[in-house]
Amino acid sequence: MKIAFTTTGDSPDSPLDPRFGRATGFLVYDTDKDAFEAFSNNQNLNAVQGAGIQAAQNLASLGVEALVTGHCGPKAFTVLSRAGIKVYNTGLATVSGALNAFRNGELTAAESADSESHWV
Amino acid sequence: MRELVVISGKGGTGKTSVAASLAVLSDRPVIADCDVDAADLHLVFQPVVRERSEFYSGHRAVIRRNICTGCGACRNVCRFDAVGMVDTAPGDSVYFIDSTACEGCGACVRFCPAGAIDFPERHCGQWMVSDTRVGPMVHGRLGTAAENSGRLVSLIRSEARRVANADDRRSIIIDGPPGIGCPVIASVTGATMVLVVTEPTLSGEHDLKRVMELTAHFQIPTWVAMNKWDINPEITLRVEREAAASGAKLAGRIRYDPGVTEAQMNGRAVVETDAPSAYDMAKIWDNLGFQA
Amino acid sequence: MRLVVASGKGGTGKTTVAVNLAKSWGSPVQLLDCDVEAPNTRLFLGGTMLESQVVTISVPEVNEALCNGCGECSRFCEYSAMACVAGKAMVFVSMCHSCGGCSLVCPTGAISEVESRIGTIVTSSFGKTTLLEGILDVGSTMAPQLIRRLKSLVKSGVPAILDSPPGTSCPVVTTMKGADFVILVTEPTPFGLHDLTLAVATTRELGLPFGVVVNRLGIGDDRVHSYCATEHIQVLLEIPDDRRIAEAYSRGELMVDVLPEYAGLFAGLRRELEKR
Ligand code: SF4
Ligand code: SF4
Repeated sequence: MKIAFTTTGDSPDSPLDPRFGRATGFLVYDTDKDAFEAFSNNQNLNAVQGAGIQAAQNLASLGVEALVTGHCGPKAFTVLSRAGIKVYNTGLATVSGALNAFRNGELTAAESADSESHWV
Repeated sequence: MRELVVISGKGGTGKTSVAASLAVLSDRPVIADCDVDAADLHLVFQPVVRERSEFYSGHRAVIRRNICTGCGACRNVCRFDAVGMVDTAPGDSVYFIDSTACEGCGACVRFCPAGAIDFPERHCGQWMVSDTRVGPMVHGRLGTAAENSGRLVSLIRSEARRVANADDRRSIIIDGPPGIGCPVIASVTGATMVLVVTEPTLSGEHDLKRVMELTAHFQIPTWVAMNKWDINPEITLRVEREAAASGAKLAGRIRYDPGVTEAQMNGRAVVETDAPSAYDMAKIWDNLGFQA
Repeated sequence: MRLVVASGKGGTGKTTVAVNLAKSWGSPVQLLDCDVEAPNTRLFLGGTMLESQVVTISVPEVNEALCNGCGECSRFCEYSAMACVAGKAMVFVSMCHSCGGCSLVCPTGAISEVESRIGTIVTSSFGKTTLLEGILDVGSTMAPQLIRRLKSLVKSGVPAILDSPPGTSCPVVTTMKGADFVILVTEPTPFGLHDLTLAVATTRELGLPFGVVVNRLGIGDDRVHSYCATEHIQVLLEIPDDRRIAEAYSRGELMVDVLPEYAGLFAGLRRELEKR
């Protein structure tokens, strides 16, 4: 199973980026391989609008099944749920901290989007 | 990090004068001018620019004249009347794109059979990090016909946070955009508190209602200040009651004071002068308890 | 004649000028409230509502039976109004600019267009003035589309006064295009001057003739006037700073109604404009 984390860095100790669509990048953890892979989210930074929708499509094409992030807007959430990706919102500081919480079952999947703006 | 955003339902209510004074009264602030359509705060703080960056958003179509065969495919697909024609020689013409009408949809680019249309990123403005007598200031400027001030607003806010972190400052005073559109949403989401500066006029009352719906929606603690309250004490009272009933706290009243314009002419914040309304603004700052 | 009343920022008295000018025009005139995000002209006018019409734009609709999930539409759309996941395309109507591109690029003909609401246009009349007011639905960002529709309703042969949104962004440019003359309203203050220079730049970029109205004359200094002199910009009208005007405005009353001494100013402005 692949789990995506939004982050401003590229290692498990990097901070978790609270933004989804305009996150600096993603770290995707593969539970089968026990390995992280980094993806930049650069192409979305200058998007006119809808960065969350684009980012959600990208995650879908990477075969991700879960997303751990700070906040996720309604449009991105719609795309993610259509793609069968569960969203976990957390305020935890780092990717590794969030991964531990995820593994220990401390995070619950969101029922709906928790942020409104399409920029944040 | 604490962020105070000063907004106004409509423009011209004295929002910028209030924001400037609050910035002067606060301890080690970072100032952010998010009124990017008509940024005026720099007139009060005369910033010295430290860094300048270009702001791009979306794309625009540009026809290369030497390749255009004049077939008209672009004009047929464009729904924004952005394609015009120029005569290059008698009986010969090529097309061009009116950049002020182009919405950047890319249909012409895709359907030009000659591949004559480029699609560069659209330069929409600039943003700057500067130094002022009060502290660092992040501000921006949007070009003519540029859209997407919402994105520039978010950019300025996140830069202000970066600057604050780097300089160990804990408060950001934001001069927000007017209205209730996307730029305003971008300026208030996730902020610590919002101060709405309004006037006792029918349109002020009308617009305040819409702003309050917005801040309630995003669950941001909201304060209301009545500027020029003595122009119409009756409406002032009514608006204050309505604001309080819909969950806002009253930050105070500012009297009608020519000293506000006077301060502006001297490039000062009102509280840096002895204008009578300086007292009113100081009181508002105390009431907000933003740094308390 | 098509006149646009604009200003670099809000609150300079743009609506005041537009409404008072319309009211004192004398013969039939059309007034368009193009400030579709915050229309408030009607607060000053009352009048009888004649008609209200819904404004729509064409947006895509996907026929899932024909869609093969190729994703062409979502790759094409510059506004991320389409996404393609789990083998099917989906539409985010509120983000669609109605460019029509997705239906052209879809290889299977799965996309057709349907109408989607962005706002309303209300027509009302008071005296000799017909007011056309554009009201954008809350949450819609398609102001230029609504303004274009509003402008298409102008009857030729009757002068039109367009009350522009403030600023210099897209909706303002959309309002200004095709104008015969632009009136820029400002205040004689440093903020007013700075915002005026932005509005002047926009108007010049569009190649439109324009002049300036100075509102609340007496509150600041003469920097706006010297700027206009150096730039060879005509000052068409000066409205003095009079607390009674502010008070009338606060009650939603018109200057030319309650302070008849100012009616002459607007009659003069009309004559000035008709010289052009
Ligand atoms: S282009 Fe047509 S077939 Fe391809 S995903 Fe879009 S709607 Fe479906
Ligand atoms: S019509 Fe244009 S803007 Fe609308 S969804 Fe299709 S491609 Fe996007």
